[in-house]
Amino acid sequence: MENTKRAYVYKGFERFWHWTQSFLIMFLALTGFEIHSSYTLFGFDSAVDLHNKAAWAFIVLIIFAIFWHITTGEWKQYLPTTKNLRAQLEYYITGIFRNAPHPTKKTVLSKLNPLQRLVYLGLKILIIPVMVVSGLLFMFYRYPQSGMIKSSNIESLEIIALLHTLGAFLLIAFLVVHLYLITTGHTVTSNLKAMITGWEELEDEAEAEVKEELV
Amino acid sequence: MQNFRTIITFLLAVIAPLIIITVVLREANTDNSKLESLREEYSAILQPGVDHGKHEILQQEFTNPHLITAACLSCHTERGKEVLGNAHWKWEREAFIPGKGVTYLGKKSLINNFCTGIASNEGSCNRCHIGYGWKDKSFDFTNEFNIDCLVCHDNTGTYEKAKGGAGYPVMGPDGPDFKNILANVGKPSRTNCGYCHFHGGGGNNVKHGDLEMALLTADRTIDVHMGVDGMNMQCVACHPAENHQMLGRYYGVSSSNTQRATCEQCHTAVPHTSSKLNEHTVKVACQTCHIPVYAKVNATKMSWDWSTATRRKEGLPYQELDSLGNELFTSIKGDFTWQRMVEPEYVWHNGTADHHLCMEKIDLNDLPLKINTLFGEYRDRNSKIYPTKVHRGTQPYDTENLTIIQPKLWDAEPGKGALWIDLDWEESLKRGMEYAELPYSGKHDFIPTEMFLPVNHMVSLASESLQCKDCHTRYDGRLKNLTDFYMPGRDYNAGIETFGQLLIILSLLGVIMHGSVRFITHKRKEDKVK
Repeated sequence: MENTKRAYVYKGFERFWHWTQSFLIMFLALTGFEIHSSYTLFGFDSAVDLHNKAAWAFIVLIIFAIFWHITTGEWKQYLPTTKNLRAQLEYYITGIFRNAPHPTKKTVLSKLNPLQRLVYLGLKILIIPVMVVSGLLFMFYRYPQSGMIKSSNIESLEIIALLHTLGAFLLIAFLVVHLYLITTGHTVTSNLKAMITGWEELEDEAEAEVKEELV
Repeated sequence: MQNFRTIITFLLAVIAPLIIITVVLREANTDNSKLESLREEYSAILQPGVDHGKHEILQQEFTNPHLITAACLSCHTERGKEVLGNAHWKWEREAFIPGKGVTYLGKKSLINNFCTGIASNEGSCNRCHIGYGWKDKSFDFTNEFNIDCLVCHDNTGTYEKAKGGAGYPVMGPDGPDFKNILANVGKPSRTNCGYCHFHGGGGNNVKHGDLEMALLTADRTIDVHMGVDGMNMQCVACHPAENHQMLGRYYGVSSSNTQRATCEQCHTAVPHTSSKLNEHTVKVACQTCHIPVYAKVNATKMSWDWSTATRRKEGLPYQELDSLGNELFTSIKGDFTWQRMVEPEYVWHNGTADHHLCMEKIDLNDLPLKINTLFGEYRDRNSKIYPTKVHRGTQPYDTENLTIIQPKLWDAEPGKGALWIDLDWEESLKRGMEYAELPYSGKHDFIPTEMFLPVNHMVSLASESLQCKDCHTRYDGRLKNLTDFYMPGRDYNAGIETFGQLLIILSLLGVIMHGSVRFITHKRKEDKVK
């Protein structure tokens, strides 16, 4: 590609976090829907056991990721913006078929387009917390029932379980769309390569902007 | 090199904590030494400190069973008073039932779903009473010489009470060898307890389904505790007595949740090495998973239709048997069904129960009538899921007074209104209610009734207990009828399920269509360029 420059977009931890998270979410979905009786794979008891262990691993990962986002300032990548939001939508609806250029320039300091910002922010502050909290209640709700923690008496598992199921469906739908959108980079594989190696071909013009900003 | 170091750093920083957390969270093997100590305790064989064969007072020829009791009490001076206060003697207990207040209920006064009740049938039913001569209302419950010590303490297995003898044994040359029996008295064995408790309802395993003769000789697969090839435990191991007050009481006849014999008294409330299983003990009784089936050897009676009793063939009483010799019909009792290897029905139960009494009104809009009601629900903290045998029947009721009728079933001689001799419902019902001093309009019909008998015996090997999937399954699980709570693997919300599945399908369709259009338009452009 002309007028491009290789840039180190995704740092080591970021890539590790992303791939571990993707593996854990898929594994949690696989075991979770078995517990939900959608199919039989590991066996119910093994599925419960694996689901719980993966859940704890995920929680640990989330704690590290939060730490990383705060200390590196990367959390700013998710600040929502309406700038180019419409253009980005139009790109996916029509522009992409005409081979039009991406309306948002990807830079190291602004890796996400406005749609991604909104969706990923939603994942981070809504879906994942709901899944984690409902998951923890799912694991521990029997303990207050046994009378040990009187102040947090949860009478029924139903709402917890239904929220957890709803979140799981949403995550799967996200996964489907997310996997497809990988192919909408500069080339069909460029996004995937970037998330594996960390390096991506960014438009030179953008790099220049970045340099300006950095100066 | 720089890259390499970064990778190592990340591995240490991220993977190491993950591994540590996983290892820490791995379920630790809890100490199961409790079971070992129990095994040791129960394998010890106690030697009696007394040889009753050497007592002179026991050497005489007894002609009257009351004199045997007198001989026992001449040494065991205080035991008679203890027995006079226990439930085996009184056949009733004090209990508080919500809505009824303090009641005195037991076999003495209750109706059941089998032979209906003892009133007017004492001569036959009270063969299983631990006394001599409770043949009618005149029986003296305060006379300790009426106690039958031998039925519980004979260790020869030869002591027998006479059929229809109201608790008396046969005396004289045809009777048991009392000299031998008295030389061999001791702690009650399975044979003693089983003499009555295996034959409830009129035959082996008829009533309970989990208590029967086979337990005298069965192996561990039938009952892990009592198996002769295992711990070979006696009934009194779990039902110990202090001053003749036995631990354990039956939900079919007792209402309050005290003095129960429990699994926890040996196994503790958290007996598993897996914490996931231990959590279940908050809501699930041990019996639920560990007694997956009952009536493992001989069939048990599952239903009893009294309405067909008195039917004759060519004017004569008759009976029909199935291929295993179980009665399917007798003219004196009606129709039965039997079942072996029965899966229990499951209920919430908090240990308390109610019982339908003869003078209580029947609600014809709420049938089948529950002869006993086990209280409990998911939201009740004291409730757990229990396995039960539900015995279904039809019983006679008074169509005017709307009460259950206690019929007179048995008598020593014909012409006194006993159904089992005279085969006349009207007369039997009239005489029964007369005896019970309850009003009877003279008009009767039959209504369906149910009795709930929690299953507590015939505990299976751990390897044969219920598995997760037996309950946590979408359709037709063991707990399919307990719908007052959400159970993972069984329950779901149809709306969320449809929404979720549609969402995934639409997402897939969306990306496939979007991708196809992209593929086609790009192809066209490439062709144009060419």
